[in-house]
Amino acid sequence: MEPLNVCELCFGPLEVMYDYDSIARTVTRKSIESGPMTMWRYHDFLPVDAEASIDMGTGFTPLIRAKNLGGVLGLDNLYIKNDSVNPSFSFKDRPVSVTTTKALEFEFEVLACVSTGNLMGSVAAHGAKAGMKTIVFFPADLEKGKVVGAAIYGPTLVAVDGTYDEVNRLCSELADNNRWAFVNINMRPYYAEGSKTLGYEVAEQLGWRAPDNCVVPGASGELHTKIWKGLQEFRDVGLIDSAKTKVHLAQAEGCSPIVEAFELGTTQVRPARPNTIAKSLAIGNPASGPFSLQTLVATGGTAVAAPEDEIVEGIRLLAETEGIFTETAGGVVISGLRKLVKQGKIKSDEVTVAYITGNGLKTQEAVEHLVDPVHTTSDYESVRAALGL
Amino acid sequence: MMIKKRVKFTFPQKLITEPLIYQLGKKYEIVTNIRRADVREDMGWVVLELEGEEDEIASGLEWVAEYGVRVDPVSGDVVEG
Repeated sequence: MEPLNVCELCFGPLEVMYDYDSIARTVTRKSIESGPMTMWRYHDFLPVDAEASIDMGTGFTPLIRAKNLGGVLGLDNLYIKNDSVNPSFSFKDRPVSVTTTKALEFEFEVLACVSTGNLMGSVAAHGAKAGMKTIVFFPADLEKGKVVGAAIYGPTLVAVDGTYDEVNRLCSELADNNRWAFVNINMRPYYAEGSKTLGYEVAEQLGWRAPDNCVVPGASGELHTKIWKGLQEFRDVGLIDSAKTKVHLAQAEGCSPIVEAFELGTTQVRPARPNTIAKSLAIGNPASGPFSLQTLVATGGTAVAAPEDEIVEGIRLLAETEGIFTETAGGVVISGLRKLVKQGKIKSDEVTVAYITGNGLKTQEAVEHLVDPVHTTSDYESVRAALGL
Repeated sequence: MMIKKRVKFTFPQKLITEPLIYQLGKKYEIVTNIRRADVREDMGWVVLELEGEEDEIASGLEWVAEYGVRVDPVSGDVVEG
């Protein structure tokens, strides 16, 4: 096998193919349940040798019944898939775990990425675990928490003056001219497969059935398409009876090219110049935009844009109702979920899963203005007065 | 030095009907080889391979970009980061 990522004929992206008949003959619910409590319990659906996996304990994250938030939104069967508790605190550990394993198989010595923040932390952590030289490129205006969260693992950090899309262009050239495993460029086909496990896990955690709705944050659109692919694969090999899930997409209003195309009813995604506080979703030219639009059509899903001034409100609502502190992308999901309910796209009795993919500690700047402690001296009466007791 | 470069041109609506790829090949010593395309009334993209001297390709791409075409490299699409 070679590390190919584009078709030499049409230069289009390549996808990993599997022998599903063979998988259906050997994989059962029981065989999966007897596997490790990580994403690697689904190794039969991943394009790597699982025995050599770079496994930091990623996956099998909590699926939480969100009664409080559901009460506020008018949803009786709302669940939160809290993927912010992975080893580097985002869902990126899933694709990066697969990619790092594959990079070692291909005998790459350098692991690299271009990142809007979460990916760099994950690549740096996995590079450290795998003993690889690691280089991460990112827009220089990234949130400090994300930069620190990557720096601690000891990679070479390259802060580039420019937008994510401009950093992309630079890194595409670097990938062409250096034998580096750029996880989201020349390793893309393997990288993308890791995100499917977010579809598998939810189905298993719901008792081997697909939900009625998923609400997924949208940047390149890749996660959105791969969650749907995961549900389809489980259905196709008979692990779940059906997959009639509406897979919805939520983008931030300040960078919503897929939503715009969806609303215009076109399959062409017009590149946008990002201007959003949700920096992890700030991809103006989404590579998987057309596939994401196909997923929306195939599943009957809807794409919604979260107004910028409601993103922080979404973060706060999730924190105050369910005790989960998410980053700005999670705020987009909760705001988008509320919008979908208001539009009547999600019914109150439907089983609905909102995907929370990153941890709030990474984007504290977005919410620090909410911090307003009561100040008092240390004597008892002052505390009583300050608290109005 | 002769090189081959894979690029994606994205055309805004006002340039859809302009024969810019033809002009690129006439104006510069570049062989253009279209591999994939989707052109609509309001927008279009073309994935193509360019072959020529490195400097010539760089100048040609600069000219296309100045005209208002978005030029992206094709190294396999970059997914979210």
